[in-house]
Amino acid sequence: MKPKVLTGEHFINGDIACAEGAIAAGCTFFGAYPITPATEVAERMSERLPDVCGVFIQMEDEIAAMTSILGAAWTGVKTMTATSGPGFSLMMETVGLSVVTETPCVVVNVQRGGPSTGLPTMGAQADMMQAKWGSHGDYEIIAIAPSSPQEMFDLTIEAFNLSEKYRVPVFIMSDEVVGHMSEKVVIPEAKEIKTIARIKPRGRKDQFKPFQPEENGVPPMPAIGDGYNVHVTGLTHDEQGYPVMSVEAQKDMMGRLLSKIRDNLDDIIRTEEYLLDDADIVIVSYGVSARTAFTAVDMAREMGIRVGLLRLITVWPFPEEMIRDLSKRVKGFVTVEINMGQISREVQRCVGSNVPSYLVGHAGGTVITPDEVINLIKEVFMVTNHHCINK
Amino acid sequence: MAKANQKVHPLEELIRTERLPHIWCPGCGVGTVFSACLSAIQETGIDHKKFTMISGIGCSGRGAGYVKLDSFHTTHGRAIPFASGIKMANPSLNVIVFSGDGDLFAIGGNHFIHAARRNMDITVICINNFIYGMTGGQVAATTPHMDRSATTPYGNPETPFNLPLMAYASGATYVARWTMIHSRDLTDSFVEAINHRGFSFIEVLSPCPINYGRRNKIKSLNMLKMFADNTIIKNNADPAQLDIDFKKGIVLGKFVDIDKPTPDENYEKICAMRE
Repeated sequence: MKPKVLTGEHFINGDIACAEGAIAAGCTFFGAYPITPATEVAERMSERLPDVCGVFIQMEDEIAAMTSILGAAWTGVKTMTATSGPGFSLMMETVGLSVVTETPCVVVNVQRGGPSTGLPTMGAQADMMQAKWGSHGDYEIIAIAPSSPQEMFDLTIEAFNLSEKYRVPVFIMSDEVVGHMSEKVVIPEAKEIKTIARIKPRGRKDQFKPFQPEENGVPPMPAIGDGYNVHVTGLTHDEQGYPVMSVEAQKDMMGRLLSKIRDNLDDIIRTEEYLLDDADIVIVSYGVSARTAFTAVDMAREMGIRVGLLRLITVWPFPEEMIRDLSKRVKGFVTVEINMGQISREVQRCVGSNVPSYLVGHAGGTVITPDEVINLIKEVFMVTNHHCINK
Repeated sequence: MAKANQKVHPLEELIRTERLPHIWCPGCGVGTVFSACLSAIQETGIDHKKFTMISGIGCSGRGAGYVKLDSFHTTHGRAIPFASGIKMANPSLNVIVFSGDGDLFAIGGNHFIHAARRNMDITVICINNFIYGMTGGQVAATTPHMDRSATTPYGNPETPFNLPLMAYASGATYVARWTMIHSRDLTDSFVEAINHRGFSFIEVLSPCPINYGRRNKIKSLNMLKMFADNTIIKNNADPAQLDIDFKKGIVLGKFVDIDKPTPDENYEKICAMRE
């Protein structure tokens, strides 16, 4: 039997690091369905969960996998599932149920090329908008993009913490390259790992309102069997959890579901800046593409071009204010991502007409090279001066 | 709350009385099945905190909204995987899925098959009213051949499922069928099912006078009369002989009751066995 936290240095791939992060964070339930390139997360969880008295179950499809983790979460445990594009699509209806019932859970998407069956064994970052908008209705979720196996470990712990704190599904938007890449992963001592426990209700059980928020906008969450007799529904509901079909109830419920995220952006959003202080051109990137971007910044600097990087660790909620502020003092933006223009549109929306904003994208199946980024920068910022948007 | 001189309803402690009146139509059978289910919960003598009820979507799916237990009204067809997650994460709970034929056997059919195969230790109560009631009476996977519905205005060209056969073939270890007028047998069956180790399934035939009876010219009371006159109780009947045909007569009773380990027990054993 292995301990909960495998303290030490490991040479493991991103998928396995993600599973170890989950175990270290206290995850004790995993609902699985195999899919390339996320299967290794499930395989590792099936091996490791018995070490921590946790439960692994392989369900009959991704809908069931996602639904099982919501049910399990209401017994008071931390839960996770992992998938890729087609499975992510199947999970979307249940993502909405997770949002509206405020059921914490972590969903890993090791992205591959799409649409449809696409490129099962080859990477992409083309599910970023689906992560934000894939389920019907308006809602806020949290999505994190790890750039390395080390971050697959660290940010999985972070994902559980945010999920417990805000009672939202948190997506780990990885990709095939990070998922299958093996690198050194340092796992700290158990006592150095900060985990957040679910807030349980206090006070009289007969007066408890399961969807009445506390100060941070989030209600405490009892477990089945605690004696609170909660009713939980996917219908629009009041603070008691009872269905109410009215314009006012919809407004109240939606308002809080959105504001518990939107009012806590400073606590949720994490970014990394690299040589941004004096930058003329800002590269915005995330996940595996941020690795390309770091090299591109160094190459540009060697050529005397002042390029900096804003790496999005949290992609959703989007760091709008930060990008808007930057747009007032730089000459332009370049978004680097393995899709045909998703986060680049968000950047464009925040930048507006302040400065030009471009995309270095790719249809998927491979990473973007630093040369492609440099070539675009040279072409549009050094040679011409036209206002091409999302080239 | 009951006034001093009023008698308290025997099921009051299990009902969210503040949510009444319920949404079920006059003549609907769901309420009777719901009462039988709550009576069974009481009869088991098990602490109510150890029960949870999960529903999907539809008229029967509203059951979870009226029961004073930790209760979950999930998405369409997904009550069973939700319940499976609960049971595997906390095997000490008694998990009851209370839902309808459209929810459990069309959109949720695959989940039913697999939960039965696993012998997941949950109790699945299916109220079969032969129709999609809440959406206004469209054909279901349980609508008899040639019956009329909002989407088969000239008659249903398809044949319905034999639900007990499907449950048995999939691996369910307790299978029974009753109608809502057999409320004593029904309650007894629910008690047995709750106490049963493994996947238990009870099909309950129930009238939907508004959206099924009306289109097929079956008056409310006539439907109940059919449940009384055109049914035969035959325990241990061959599941293959349980097709629903009111002309031939419908077989009711307990058809399967097998003792077999459950996935939560097996998982724990396997985990304990490893080095």
